[in-house]
Amino acid sequence: MFRATIRKPHVIISYILLFILLFIVVIPFFRMVWDSFIWHFTDIRLARGVNPGAFTVFHWKRIFHSKLTRNVLIEPLFHSISTALGISILAMTIGGMLAWLVTRTDLPFRKTIGTLAILPYVIPSYIHALAWLTLFKNDRIGGAAGLFQFLTGVSPPNWISYGFLPIVFSMSLHYFPYTYLLLSAALTSIDSRLEESGEILGARRSYILRRITFPLVIPALLSSFILTFSRALGIFGAPYFLGSPVRYFTLSTQIYSNITNRVPAAGYILALVLIAISSTIIYFNQKIIGTRKSFVTIAGKGFRTQLTPLGKVRYPALVLIILLLIIAVLTPIILLVWQTLTLYPDDYSLKHLTLLYWIGRGGTEFAEGEAGILRNGAILKATWNSIKLALTASILSGFFGIFIGYAVVKGRGTKLSKLVEQTSFLPYLVPGIAFGALYLSLFTNRIGPIPALYGTFFLVALVCIAKNLPFTGRAGITSMLQIGSELEEASEIAGARWGRGFLKIILPLSINGAISGFILVFITVMRELSLILLLVTPETRTLTTMTFRYQEQGYTQFSSAISVMIIVIVVIGELATRRLTRKSAI
Amino acid sequence: MADKVVEVRNLTKRFGDVIAVNDISFSIDEKDFLILLGPSGCGKTTILRMIAGLEEPTSGEIYLRGKLVYSSEKSIFVPARERGVGLVFQSYALWPHMTVFENIAFGLRVKHLDNTTIKQKVREGLAYMQLEEMENRYPQEMSGGQQQRVALARMLVSEPEVFLMDEPLSNLDAKLRLEMRAEIKNIHFQTGATTVYVTHDQVEALTMANKIAVMNHGRIEQFDHPKAVYKHPATLFVADFIGSPTINKIKGKIDAEGSGGKVKVSFGNFSILTDYAAGGVFGRDKEVVAAVRPENISVVGERGKGSPENVFSCEVNTVLPAGPETILKLKLGEIGLNLLITQEAEYRKGERVNVYIPPEAVLLFDSETGKLMEK
Repeated sequence: MFRATIRKPHVIISYILLFILLFIVVIPFFRMVWDSFIWHFTDIRLARGVNPGAFTVFHWKRIFHSKLTRNVLIEPLFHSISTALGISILAMTIGGMLAWLVTRTDLPFRKTIGTLAILPYVIPSYIHALAWLTLFKNDRIGGAAGLFQFLTGVSPPNWISYGFLPIVFSMSLHYFPYTYLLLSAALTSIDSRLEESGEILGARRSYILRRITFPLVIPALLSSFILTFSRALGIFGAPYFLGSPVRYFTLSTQIYSNITNRVPAAGYILALVLIAISSTIIYFNQKIIGTRKSFVTIAGKGFRTQLTPLGKVRYPALVLIILLLIIAVLTPIILLVWQTLTLYPDDYSLKHLTLLYWIGRGGTEFAEGEAGILRNGAILKATWNSIKLALTASILSGFFGIFIGYAVVKGRGTKLSKLVEQTSFLPYLVPGIAFGALYLSLFTNRIGPIPALYGTFFLVALVCIAKNLPFTGRAGITSMLQIGSELEEASEIAGARWGRGFLKIILPLSINGAISGFILVFITVMRELSLILLLVTPETRTLTTMTFRYQEQGYTQFSSAISVMIIVIVVIGELATRRLTRKSAI
Repeated sequence: MADKVVEVRNLTKRFGDVIAVNDISFSIDEKDFLILLGPSGCGKTTILRMIAGLEEPTSGEIYLRGKLVYSSEKSIFVPARERGVGLVFQSYALWPHMTVFENIAFGLRVKHLDNTTIKQKVREGLAYMQLEEMENRYPQEMSGGQQQRVALARMLVSEPEVFLMDEPLSNLDAKLRLEMRAEIKNIHFQTGATTVYVTHDQVEALTMANKIAVMNHGRIEQFDHPKAVYKHPATLFVADFIGSPTINKIKGKIDAEGSGGKVKVSFGNFSILTDYAAGGVFGRDKEVVAAVRPENISVVGERGKGSPENVFSCEVNTVLPAGPETILKLKLGEIGLNLLITQEAEYRKGERVNVYIPPEAVLLFDSETGKLMEK
């Protein structure tokens, strides 16, 4: 038996994959757990009797049972959960309504709206937060006030400028397309015959909607709620920009500030808390809803569905949706562009508009000599870094995904195959900022023959590859399932060795299927902030992390201008996907 | 004696706890057309894949032209690419990213033939399968029948020692299936290539094969010529599986001797005369199944005076006319009888008809073992 097993190439590939996954996923996790139990040099400031490298439960005690617990753990946890709840409820309401209107009613311009509706999700999430600041920032915290105060002269209260409300509002605008996509997929996959049977039996439209359609999409509804919730739980940009200035911390911003304040162990523990919560949630989603989902009768084909006439509300609904799209897409972009043209951060008047921040030569008269972003060497370098990073990560994790798909599909039914599939899914459970923390903890020092990778481009690329494996692995499995084992067997019968069959048959066929996955990763990495924030150094910084730094330092024009550049690149990527695959990358 | 082209000895394949193929042995000679026939899940495709080298057996031996290609004891496993067999898959397995030409040329390129030879051979194959105009098409641009031809051409040009075919016609519609059946038979006639062919379609098996292995639950129930399989099914399973409509089965007991020292079988209030000689294993009250092919029963007019034996009065239950022939479903007491008749006659439901079952058409199977009893 052993001999038979060992000869199969997919088994060898499985072991190689597991070995790599061990290094890029499993070991970082255990290393982080370990790091939370030892003294660090920087802990000398916190306690007496510090013995760097020795075992201690000091940090766990400090987080879970000390005077700090309330500020470091309880409040951020509460803020994380309450904002995530708010975001997922609001996003689901907007996304659900939109999905129903677009897929099931006679709303005018449904197709166009369906296409535009995912745009808010394409642009990086923190851009909605930056746009909010541009609009509603007040001058109480310090720094320049926003457009609202400039136009009305009224300084918005803190609860409008910062904290719970703006985080929930701006992030709902970012996340509703996600629920929209999940729900419209569920709605279009309902066999219309189920509804027609109800109609034949004499049921009214509203009754059918209530008793047949709605119950059928409940699992998808719950699932999208939970997925949105688990994602919202780990968001970093928005709570950082909109929360931290008023000391409204969430778990993810606490992780960041603990690590940057050189209490890494505390950051690691909070990251573990965040990982534990999101894994639990996703586990329940798989266990409970995963099984109930089965009664959504997905047949893969679009059914002809009867559209519900909206009657009098047809046009009011359209107007509402257009308003929503203006608020969610157009306004943030216009605000950002406007911001980039203002000479002084709080002066939005037309006579003071300038292109200095785009093409300025960088004299001594403004912005501490920084040149406009199109002439600025550091920014051009960051652009190059971003593109290089996104390309590297998407190509490598795409290939990785093809191999995962091959190993998993060929080994279907074996424990090895399951193990590969599950291990490659693990990064999904870890929120970006926590994943960055894992890598920070593992690769700061040299481990055996591996030199300290901190500060290298390789490390940043590695974290992006690892974090995206769940998506490319999925894509790889799906495309491999479509290929069918007979195509490979036919090449073996024709006398070809495994390598030739893989190169000539499997690879060309799966690359076709993997290309949208590849662009998805490109876009994701292009707008990635929280994952790489802890790992980049001035040498390796990207557009996103530069936005972050400029925003921190108050150069809002620069940060906005870079954001605009990111949007442009990402939208081009999204359009390219549609060209190539006739579907969205998201 | 020349080596057998394919020989399989004590071949067994387990998938976990399931025994897919259970200790099977058989062999075929040059120019044989063997059909592995059986219901889905009987292990026929697994045998084919083990011969091809795509599946590793659990135990046993496989020889191709006298060469040992698999042996569990000697730890020999020759991979598929070195066995020199050709295989046509059920799904055809044409590579969708290659043109018809490239699909057919693949095996030749693997053998490092020069381009002129490849071109020539592919063109020959295309011409042979009447696909001349198609070489630059992609498989998905062709009809199912054309794809099938490409798959056959791909196998033919590599000139394999054995042709293996895994239900190649099951994805075609009925009319095309008839055409391709003739075509494959013709290819076999012209090339004389030894062929192992898997199907669950008994008509396909009866029309194409010169040897049939009827399989059930991982075992071969009968390995014989098509006619023998039809006329003398070794087991009740074979009798039941082959023939359409299915053979009539009457459960009964051996009764007192009938006329001329022949066995009589009684069931319900009736009894039926056979031409099995009484005595020996045919003891009184032994439980047997009497089986009669539907086409061997005939409708007779008035109850014949000369031979009242084996004439039964039945009630017409269903009439299924199908062009040249008609299937009659009759009721004889509690039992249903199928008849296949070619006479042009009208029957009505509920009508009573007399049917005659010739004694020599009755096959007796042992109820316990399910085996055909010797005359």
